[in-house]
Amino acid sequence: MTVKYEKTKGLTDKPLTYCPGCTHGIVHKLIGESLVELDILDKAIGIASVGCSVFSYQFFNCDGQQAPHGRACAEATGVKRVLPDNIVFTYQGDGDLASIGIAETIHAANRGENITVIFLNNAIYGMTGGQMAPTSLIGQKTTTSQDGRNQADHGNPIKISEMFSTIEGVAYLERVSVHNPKNVIKAKKAIKKAFQYQKENRGFTMIEVLSSCPVNWGMKPVDALKWVESDMIPVYPLGVFKDKGVNDEKN
Amino acid sequence: MPKGKLTFEHDLCKGCGLCVEYCPQHILYQDKKTLNDSGYNIVSVSEPDKCIGCAFCAMMCPDSVIKVEVDK
Repeated sequence: MTVKYEKTKGLTDKPLTYCPGCTHGIVHKLIGESLVELDILDKAIGIASVGCSVFSYQFFNCDGQQAPHGRACAEATGVKRVLPDNIVFTYQGDGDLASIGIAETIHAANRGENITVIFLNNAIYGMTGGQMAPTSLIGQKTTTSQDGRNQADHGNPIKISEMFSTIEGVAYLERVSVHNPKNVIKAKKAIKKAFQYQKENRGFTMIEVLSSCPVNWGMKPVDALKWVESDMIPVYPLGVFKDKGVNDEKN
Repeated sequence: MPKGKLTFEHDLCKGCGLCVEYCPQHILYQDKKTLNDSGYNIVSVSEPDKCIGCAFCAMMCPDSVIKVEVDK
């Protein structure tokens, strides 16, 4: 018997603090596995954000730092510039990156900072109790939009990947989902590629991962993943939005 | 002969049921009579012989509960 799958060495033994069925755990595993497979775990530095993932620096088996709310990319910029040989990544949710942290993220992308951003989009503020996020869908009921989000009062959901695809400094940008095994495999491929690009000093890389929040959506974990497929993916289509590597290979 | 063998780290399980849902052989179930230290129903295999070792359960498990070994 050979081991086909076991807990990755990229994660510590500390039990995750996330709710049952939260896809944060799946994405943590993918990052850990990618770092181990690319043999960069001992060089990696993770920047945790504010939100549910505030303790993520305790879970990744590498160096870590926790940034003020929204400032993970600003902090990652500093870390990467001081330690250019290390692999620096941020792990941020949509309340952190798409709301309070949008300015530093856009400018880090525009400067083409050689960092990797793992952006989890679950269309809600998870840790604070299910408030409406910039990424909440039209009609989605949250504690601060109890009749559902409507365009007139709250605007449309912000599409981070579409927006960032216009920025020159971005080297690789893909939106993936983790709602079934097939997409988990694709998500891992994308995350690994982003780290590979950082290793090759190609510039800013970002992976947007559509994830679930069963507790604040008021769903069972399995139903929440089905909702990702049925309701979120039509609004946030999956795919590669920018890949400088493809152009480099053509030229 | 089963192609795969599953071992569970039951104390990490939070009973979310994602492994049960995504097992293509439908051989996983939540044991309603057994709780782990955190008070969640643990996951068990009903028919170990039918396991094909695809590791979909382990892949979907957010808490790294499942270890999969396969014959090779």
